[in-house]
Amino acid sequence: MTQTPENPVPGTDWTPAAPPRPVIEVEAVHKSFGDLHVLRACDLTVRAGEVAVLVGPSGSGKSTLLRCINQLEEPTAGRVLIDGEVQGFQPDPLPDGRWQKLPSAQIAAQRSRIGMVFQRFHLFPHLTALANVMEAPVQVRGLAKAEAEQKARALLERVGLADRADHYPAELSGGQQQRVAIARALAMDPELMLFDEPTSALDPELVSEVLAVLKDLAADGMTMVVVTHEMGFAREVADQVVFMDEGRILERGTPEQVVDHPGSDRLKGFLASVL
Amino acid sequence: MSITQTPVPSEPPSTTQGFMPIRAKAASRPGTWISAVVVAVLALGLLWFLVTNPVLAWGTVATYLLDVKVIQGVGWTLLLTAASMVLGTAVALTAAIMRRSENPVLRGVSWAYIFVFRGIPVYTQLVFWGLFTVIVPKIVIGVPFGPELLSFSTRDLLTAFWAAVIGLGLNEGAYLAEIIRSGLNSVDRGQSEASKALGMSDGTILRRIIVPQAMRVIVPPLGNETIGMLKTTSLVLAVPFTLDLTFATNGIANKLFTPIPLLIVAALWYLAITSVLMVGQYYLEKYFGRGFDARTPTTGRGGRSRQAAVNRAGTTPNDPLPEVEL
Repeated sequence: MTQTPENPVPGTDWTPAAPPRPVIEVEAVHKSFGDLHVLRACDLTVRAGEVAVLVGPSGSGKSTLLRCINQLEEPTAGRVLIDGEVQGFQPDPLPDGRWQKLPSAQIAAQRSRIGMVFQRFHLFPHLTALANVMEAPVQVRGLAKAEAEQKARALLERVGLADRADHYPAELSGGQQQRVAIARALAMDPELMLFDEPTSALDPELVSEVLAVLKDLAADGMTMVVVTHEMGFAREVADQVVFMDEGRILERGTPEQVVDHPGSDRLKGFLASVL
Repeated sequence: MSITQTPVPSEPPSTTQGFMPIRAKAASRPGTWISAVVVAVLALGLLWFLVTNPVLAWGTVATYLLDVKVIQGVGWTLLLTAASMVLGTAVALTAAIMRRSENPVLRGVSWAYIFVFRGIPVYTQLVFWGLFTVIVPKIVIGVPFGPELLSFSTRDLLTAFWAAVIGLGLNEGAYLAEIIRSGLNSVDRGQSEASKALGMSDGTILRRIIVPQAMRVIVPPLGNETIGMLKTTSLVLAVPFTLDLTFATNGIANKLFTPIPLLIVAALWYLAITSVLMVGQYYLEKYFGRGFDARTPTTGRGGRSRQAAVNRAGTTPNDPLPEVEL
């Protein structure tokens, strides 16, 4: 591994016409679990208001890359910056070249700026939909209950579930649960949102209601990284599509470039299998 | 048979839905009737034996069932049970959280506590706590190997009641720690990941997300342990603490030279308290099971649409593109 946090490789080779500020900068990130090398020198830049869609076969490292962005996984090498701030470490190395890890409270504070939506929703089953959305603002931000409730109701309304506020997750359909999970993440006013295969656990007829919420968010200017197999969504909403295979980013570009004019045989093969 | 099974026109249609419900005749189950007769005969025999046996002295049972000493004994037994369960649960929760900690020192302390207090008979532990004031006559607060600042005589602090509570509570805590640990482990890992992603601290995650969900798994064995504790309090004679139900009834029995009716008095009271505890457990289970059991109605309305929603919620069992679990 030649790329360490000390000598990061330059960011992405793809830049939009008038680049807004980068929100996410993933620099030469490697991740291995023991002998398993899951991410190899991944670079990714996502600018404010941009939607990046990560595609690739299963096991290609898309989810791991996503989880490195909000520190659910710790990169083995390389670094992640959010709004220019190094994630998980003090901004500068120690005199001996090591990096000082941040205490868990600061890591939690960094995570609280990033919303995440999981494939399997992970709603809190012992709390109602409303309480699920209120939980983090009250517990993390110290918001007053009444204020948090008002906000939570507005968010549930936004994802079309105002009338389901008092239901427990077990009483909701998969699509409804996922929309509550999105509202729960939005309740923290995140600067960016990560979606880890948000529709993969849903029955086919429920996919569109979740994708509609994602499109609505994208149209609102939310910075988003979406791991998905929904190529239609990628083509319609993505500003950049990133194709990963075996832990490497093989291709990236606009949907037209990546989805419609794939360069590599790997991408052609992948697209043939999902389209 | 097949002719009578077909819908009979003369039968009025039960609903406007246009179908005829099956008029089913239950399959015969002779085993139920045979066993009912056998059990009824045995029960009658037992009842006859209980009523006619002079040794049981039901008159004495009736006299002493509501005796002041017995009622006081019931009170002390309840107090011992409650106090030692509260202490035990608090210690156990601490030990279980320490056991899950990333700090190896805390993990080691927790392991050692469970090893010692689970490995020594509770009777032996109670005798030890009774003799604590002999082993440790005074507690000194001061600089180690330096001057004394404060000192207490343990004899003043540690009464027989508190010795019993500490003995029972610490022993119970060692068992409960394992129960609570397995409860905490039973909560899906995705729950703490989702909480972390929201920026919650480890303490908040434990308190607000993990423990409330673990309680659903913990409460049934906790109820079991409470009932066990109720009966274990009969060992506090070892301390010696001499006001509990068993000691009270034994004392009366020794005075009267009739042990059997007083044993029945004690047994009836233990059964009565257990019944009350079972009711409490039912409500606790219902409370902590909220959100997990879709049959528990949370709102009075919309039963059918909710059921439809639940039916639709079935997530695809065969994920077309499963992620490798790393």
